[in-house]
Amino acid sequence: MGKITSPSQMANIKEQCQAALARQKVRFLVCAGTGCVAGGSLDVYDEFKRLIEEKGISVDVELLYEGQESKAGIGIGGCHGFCQMGPLVRVEPKETFYTKVKVADVEEIVTTTLDQDSVVERLLYQNPDGSRSVTEHDVPFYKTQQRIVLGKCGTINPEDIREYFAAEGYQALARILDNMSREQVIDVVTQSGLRGRGGAGFPAGRKWQGCLQATGSPKYIVCNGDEGDPGAFMDRSVLEGDPFAVIEGMTIAGYSVGANYGYIYVRAEYPLAVQRLLKAIEQAKSHQLLGDNIMGTGFDFDLKIFQGAGAFVCGESTALTLSIEGKRGMPRVAPRPRTTEIGLWDKPTILNNVKSFAYVPDIIRKGAEWFKNIGTESSSGTAVFALTGNITNSGLIEVPMGTTFREIIFELGGGIPDGHKFKAVQTGGPSGGCLPESLLDLPIDFDSLDEAGAIMGSGGMVIMDERTCLVDVARYFLDFTVDESCGQCVPCRLGTKQLLEILEDICAGKGRKEDLELLYELSHAVHAGSICGLGQTAANPVLTTLRYFKEEYEAHILDKCCPAKVCKALISFVISEDRCKGCGLCAKNCPVNAISGEKKQVHVIDQSLCIQCGVCMEKCPKKFRAVDCVSPRINATVPETMEAP
Amino acid sequence: MEERLREILSPYEGKRDALIPILQKVQEEIGYLPAEAMQEIATTTGLPQSRVYAVATFYAQFYFTRRGRHQTKICAGTACHVKGAARIMDTFERELGIACGETSEDYEHSLETVACVGSCALAPVVVVDEDVHGQVDSSKMSKIFDYFKENEKED
Repeated sequence: MGKITSPSQMANIKEQCQAALARQKVRFLVCAGTGCVAGGSLDVYDEFKRLIEEKGISVDVELLYEGQESKAGIGIGGCHGFCQMGPLVRVEPKETFYTKVKVADVEEIVTTTLDQDSVVERLLYQNPDGSRSVTEHDVPFYKTQQRIVLGKCGTINPEDIREYFAAEGYQALARILDNMSREQVIDVVTQSGLRGRGGAGFPAGRKWQGCLQATGSPKYIVCNGDEGDPGAFMDRSVLEGDPFAVIEGMTIAGYSVGANYGYIYVRAEYPLAVQRLLKAIEQAKSHQLLGDNIMGTGFDFDLKIFQGAGAFVCGESTALTLSIEGKRGMPRVAPRPRTTEIGLWDKPTILNNVKSFAYVPDIIRKGAEWFKNIGTESSSGTAVFALTGNITNSGLIEVPMGTTFREIIFELGGGIPDGHKFKAVQTGGPSGGCLPESLLDLPIDFDSLDEAGAIMGSGGMVIMDERTCLVDVARYFLDFTVDESCGQCVPCRLGTKQLLEILEDICAGKGRKEDLELLYELSHAVHAGSICGLGQTAANPVLTTLRYFKEEYEAHILDKCCPAKVCKALISFVISEDRCKGCGLCAKNCPVNAISGEKKQVHVIDQSLCIQCGVCMEKCPKKFRAVDCVSPRINATVPETMEAP
Repeated sequence: MEERLREILSPYEGKRDALIPILQKVQEEIGYLPAEAMQEIATTTGLPQSRVYAVATFYAQFYFTRRGRHQTKICAGTACHVKGAARIMDTFERELGIACGETSEDYEHSLETVACVGSCALAPVVVVDEDVHGQVDSSKMSKIFDYFKENEKED
C-alpha cells in the first residue's frame, strides 16, 4: 500500500485493511501502555510470539495484505485504561479480556483459544460478587464509560497506521479535502460545542475562527502535550494509544485555517509517547497523509515533535510557544495578545490540547449533532479522567460530561478499598481543588466544577480517604507551585512561597489562630495579582480545603492534632502493651534503633529517638497489629525539635 | 571532550532556535551539561553564554553536575503523594545515604523526585534507571536495593 493520491481512495483502503484484519481468525492484542509495560507486558508479547511461532501456526506480527488466511495475529495495543489490572490482553474477535497476565499464563491462553476455542476462566476479571467478566463491556469499570477519545486505545495497534485506517481513520480528512471548505469545517467544530480539553474549556470553534481571520503568515498548529498536572496521564495514553487521531485532528485544523506546519509539544517524561508519535508521523508521510500535496489535493501540512524540558508553566500557551522558540518558558505579560493572532514565532497559532485534536476526526465524520447530544448543555462530549489515589479501580476513564462524582467513584471506581471512608476528590491538579462528600452528586462539567471552586483541568481525579491530611495536600500543591512558578511576577513568586511557609508551620504544629485569616487574604492577593493562569489558580487548593475542610486546619492549629495522622510533627507511634507479643520485628527494622525490649516481652519506642517513619507499624505482623499511630503526640509537650530556633 | 562536543554540535551551527534540543542532545550524550559544553554550545549557536545558561537553568530536565551511575527518581505526583511517596523517599535517603537531589561521592547513585511520570494507576511509583516500578512497598524497595548490590558486584 503506497501513497494515497486522492481522497476517493480512502474508502477502498479502509475496506482492504478491514479485510486484512478479518483474515486473522484470532488476534491477541497485548497492552503496551506505560502501566502495562511496567508490569512486564512486553515479555508477555514476546512469549505470545515465541509460542505461536513454535506451534507452527501461521502468524501475522503485522497486517498482511496478500497471501493466505492466517490463523492468528498478534499485536501490541495502546492503553486500555485499567492499568491497575495490567498487563492486559485482549483476544479478538470475541473480545475476551484477560487481566494480570504473566509470561507463564501465555501458553494456556494460546492453547485454550486456538485449540479449544475457549477462555481461561481464572484470568478473567473477577467482579466483587465473585463472578467473572468475559469481555471489557461486562467489567463494572467499563460499563458506564463512553469511550470516544479513548475508543481506539487498546483496540488498534498504535504502531500500524493500517489498523487506524480499518477503524475509519483518515476518513474525516478525506471528506474535508474532497468537499468541505475551511469555513464549513470550522462551522462543524463550532456547532459541536467542543471546548478545549486542556483545562480552561475555551470553545475550540471560536479559537479556530479567530485564527482563520487573523492576518499574518505562516500560521501554525500546536498540540499541547505538556501534561504537567501531577496525577494525570490522559494525554500520555492518547498519544501512546491512538497517535494517528491526534495527527489527523491537527491536519484538519491546519486545513481549516490555512496552516502548513504544526508542532506537537510532548513532556520530557513521556519517552514512549514520543516514540509512537515518531513512528506515526513517518507512516503518515509514507502514505502521503502528511507532508506535501496531501492525498493529491495540493494541501501541504507537516509536523514536528518538540520535547519539553520539564517546566510545568509551559502548559500555559504563551510560555509553551516561547519554549518551542528556544527561550525560557515565561508567560507573556498582560495584556497578552491572543495566541490565535500572535502565537508561535509571533504568528497566528491554534494551540489545543491532545484530546481536543483527537476528538476532531470523529466530530467531522459523525457530525456536530452527534457530539452535541453527548454531555451537558454547556459542555458537550465526554470527559476523560485519570482516576487514581485511594480507589479500588484505578485507571483511565471516559464518561459523558454531566456524570456525577458518585457514579465515577462508587460505580466505575468500585469505591474506596479496604473499608476506608471517602474524604475528598481532587480535580484539576495544582490549579484545582479538593471537594468533599457533600458534593458527590454534582454533575461534572466545566462550569459546575468552576462554581465549586475546583476546575476541570486536564483531567486528573485523585480520590482521598480518611488517611489523607487535607492540610498536607494543600501544602503539597503549594510546594509544587513554588517550585514551578517562573518567578517573573511577585504575587506568584513570593505569594506562593508565603502560603507554603504558613502551611508548613501548620503541619509542623506551629500554626497560629490568625493564620487562617492570613491564608485567605494572601490567597486572594495571589489570585488577583498574578499574570498567568499558574499564579491565578495557585491558591485554589488552599481556598477549597479551607472552604470544605476548615475543621482539619483548626485541629492542627488549636489541638496540635493531625486527624489523618500524616503530619509527622503531630503524631507518635506507640506499641500496645496488650497486643505486643515481643517478636522483635519492629526493633530489628527500626532505622534509628529507637525500639527496645526483650524477646517475648512488650517492646517500647523511645519517643525522643523516633523519627515517625512508620516502619514499626508496617513490620508488626498483621495478627498482632500492636503498633498504633496517635495524634496529638503522646508527650503533649512540644518536642525540642519543634521549638522556634 | 572537546572533540566529542564538536561532533555532537556539528549539525547545529548557528541554529539559535534549536537551543533546547541541543541542550537535550548534549545531556543525552554526556550525561550532564559541564561548563565547557555550555561554552561550546554558545559558540556553536552564536548565542551569548548568559542566554544559554538562562534557558538551561529554567528547565528541570538539565543537570550541571555529573550524575550517579544509578539514577533513582521517586515520583511525587498527587496519586503517589497520597499513597505515601514521602515515606518511600525517606527510605531511599536512608538506604543510599544521600538526600533528595544529591549524588553520592562515588557517583554510584543520584536521588531525586520527579513531578509525575504519568503512571498514577500504579502509585506509588519509583523510576530506577528508566525502569518504572509500580505499587512500591517495602518488599519492592528491598528488591531495588538488592538490584543495586548485585550490580555493584559485577563491576
